[in-house]
Amino acid sequence: MIENIDLSLVDWSRAQFALTAIYHWLFVPLTLGLSFILVIMETKYVRTGSEKWKKTTKFWMKLFGINFAIGVSTGLILEFEFGTNWSNYSWFVGDIFGAPLAVEGIMAFFLESTFIAVMFFGWDKVSKRFHLASTWLVAIGANLSALWILVANAWMENPVGMIFNPDTARNEMISFWEVLFNPVAMDKFLHTITSGFVLASLFVTGISAWFLIRNREKEMALKSIKVAAIFGTFASVVLIYTGDTSSRTIARAQPVKFAAMEALYEGKTNAGLTVFGILTDKAEQGDLDEKNIIAQIEIPGFLSVMTNGDRDSFVAGIKDLVYGNEEKGIMSASEKIERGKTARKLLLEYKDARQRGDNAEVDKLKTRFEDNNFQEEYFRYFGYSYINNPADIIPNVPLVFYSFHVMVALGFLFLLIQVLAWVFATNGSIVRRKVFQWILLISIPLPYLASVLGWLVTEMGRQPWIIQDRMPVGIAVSSLSTSTVQTTFWLFAALFTALLVAEVSIMTRQIKNGPKIEEE
Amino acid sequence: MLLAVSHSFLQEYWWFLVSLLASLLVFLLFVQGGQSFIFTLASNEGEKTMIINAMGRKWEFTFTTLVTFGGAFFASFPLFYATSFGGAYWVWMAILFSFVIQAIAYEYRSKPSNVLGKKTFEIFLLINGALSPLLIGIAVGTFFTGANFSLNEMNMGKWDNPWHGLEAVLNLRNIALGVTVLFLARLLGLMYIINTIDDDELLGKAREKTLINLIPFLIGFLYFVVSLLLSKGFAVDPGNGEIFMEKGKYMHNFLEMPLLLIMFLAGTLLVLFSLYRTLFTDHTDPIWYSGFGTVLVVLSLFLIAGYNNTSFYPSLTDMQSSLTIRNASSSLFTLKTMMFISFIIPLVIGYIWYAWRAINRKRIDKEEISGEGHLY
Repeated sequence: MIENIDLSLVDWSRAQFALTAIYHWLFVPLTLGLSFILVIMETKYVRTGSEKWKKTTKFWMKLFGINFAIGVSTGLILEFEFGTNWSNYSWFVGDIFGAPLAVEGIMAFFLESTFIAVMFFGWDKVSKRFHLASTWLVAIGANLSALWILVANAWMENPVGMIFNPDTARNEMISFWEVLFNPVAMDKFLHTITSGFVLASLFVTGISAWFLIRNREKEMALKSIKVAAIFGTFASVVLIYTGDTSSRTIARAQPVKFAAMEALYEGKTNAGLTVFGILTDKAEQGDLDEKNIIAQIEIPGFLSVMTNGDRDSFVAGIKDLVYGNEEKGIMSASEKIERGKTARKLLLEYKDARQRGDNAEVDKLKTRFEDNNFQEEYFRYFGYSYINNPADIIPNVPLVFYSFHVMVALGFLFLLIQVLAWVFATNGSIVRRKVFQWILLISIPLPYLASVLGWLVTEMGRQPWIIQDRMPVGIAVSSLSTSTVQTTFWLFAALFTALLVAEVSIMTRQIKNGPKIEEE
Repeated sequence: MLLAVSHSFLQEYWWFLVSLLASLLVFLLFVQGGQSFIFTLASNEGEKTMIINAMGRKWEFTFTTLVTFGGAFFASFPLFYATSFGGAYWVWMAILFSFVIQAIAYEYRSKPSNVLGKKTFEIFLLINGALSPLLIGIAVGTFFTGANFSLNEMNMGKWDNPWHGLEAVLNLRNIALGVTVLFLARLLGLMYIINTIDDDELLGKAREKTLINLIPFLIGFLYFVVSLLLSKGFAVDPGNGEIFMEKGKYMHNFLEMPLLLIMFLAGTLLVLFSLYRTLFTDHTDPIWYSGFGTVLVVLSLFLIAGYNNTSFYPSLTDMQSSLTIRNASSSLFTLKTMMFISFIIPLVIGYIWYAWRAINRKRIDKEEISGEGHLY
């Protein structure tokens, strides 16, 4: 197969994908959440017939449109980069991974793109109810598209519903429902869309607070804060709940990532949940022999309870997962490497027998591939055959640890802010609470930070795998020269940055212009 | 009965759907074609704004069709997705780049404080309008002329030159197809302007431009079709899957699948009829004749590239690495699952048609673009 992996090519390909994904994700969450806030506002307009609600809806819709266009552009590149930069991956799992992307296009993108035209241009061309239905369908389409891409992403972390076919040298789907209802996918979907809802709520409350600070458009601002804060409070509760359930599924599907999120080096029963911690430099170097947390506040036993529902249960640490723990039945990475090599050797023997036309040998080896025990006990570790050192399965622990903890802290902060905004908007006191208005305004970037940190935990925490245990990132890459990928990286970096600057500038100007309701 | 469908039937079914998406994409390139006229057809800012707003209300369809085309190709023929996108890197990246700058150009062009200036975004629209149809045509040309890749025993692809797809522009037949698609998109764009904009002066100029753009379109189309029918093609031995060269392969495909030949001829006649209707009558509906004709012609060309034991992505480096709908497809299970999902396509087409009519009921005029509605 691929024995000489060009690491600089892998790094640049990763950098290009990360660049595109991060830029894409700067815009998508706002689309996911703001679309439903528009739905609520327009419903108010249709039910009350109030022109003020119509103008309010149109104001937020304008900001939605500015954000939407750049999200769509960056998303296009992302889909095709699986083929352009990760072609070996595309073949190895395309039989499974391609399906959600196709469904996303057929089911979600067309819904979104068809009705977004009605939403923007149909105000005077279609009935009020048809227009409202279009806004609903845009919101549903946007969130449906998130479902399918997250199903695909979750499959990479918890590959289910497939079997390896040695003839085609790829994994093939055997259960669509297992892929769709993959527990990682369900948690990831709910957690991700609610993070978008919270981000959009804080965006709306923040911008509205700016109007209050400037003493402009007070009625619109107050109405918007009420809608967004109620929506955001409920979303925050679901966000925290699904964060908890996500952790549990991660603990089962990606135990090394889970241990890194908690910087848990030594596995233990009655494991405590780290609320705050500082890691040593050694942690960065992947040193497993030192006590790597130098300052820590923890809730005793809570990690065991969260993970397994039992205070006395054992939670595996990084050392257990690398060196194995016989007592707890945890296989070492070295053993997995050996099993992966056995699987790979068998595959090469199979290919060789095929080439020689040795049908008896082909049949014999194929029987082994079809054996469920071989698939579960050996082939599931196929990716380990490319790992040289057992410690290579440890991701960057400090990055994952800090990203995770800051994200969690921000999640709780968002709930507090939304509840207060709801209360203060309901009793009307928000109009005179200048400090709180400023808190709302400066909170706007925080959910963006939390969102990116969440994806850092997800994607950096799963390294070195592109498909958990089956394929490391290094061998998934397309056969290109490093300079080729460098060139496109810098082209896209320059383009996306210029577009981001333009987007922020246009958005700021449109906000400053305001909906101009008060002038009438 | 549906559960008992064979793998070979599903391979043909999915090749049909991918081909249908490709043909709809080529029709929807009228958006790009229209964009390519913003500096040459419009004589003032008002006309330019009308053209941009006419096209801008449909850009999402072209974009979405391109994304769905990619997704459907990935799901149904992943070996093509891996081999072509990872190999012909520069061509696909250039196409994608041109689409990225299109999406934001519409939304940002007329907005104040857009940093790069109105003109920059208009140039983005022009680049996308000219470059993407040309490059898509050239890339599709390689479905007939071949590409420089080989596959190893694990089906992992390798490109055998450092140009990664750019070498396709050196092939005259690829260029002819690129020119054909570019000028077809421009003709479709003009017809869409005639259909959607209510402005006599602009419509008169659009009809004049039709004649000028007709000539390169006809030259490119005739060269491509004649050379295709006379050339050797990459045939597959159905017995052992071996690839070999067959003289007049694509002509044989038309003759052995007469329905496709009828589709091709009917589509060509419809496009020619729409051109006649544009040039010699005052009707505003030629876009529908040319649109339907375009879909028929492109669909028939894609189908002769993949059906009747033909390699749809031939390898010039190692002929036996060539991709066919048999060796490049997904598994029986995946294709069958996707078939059930594809049954919602008529519903999708239905609501697109309904929403399209709702928005296009009133033609764009000067009054509308000077109003307070959402404008590009």
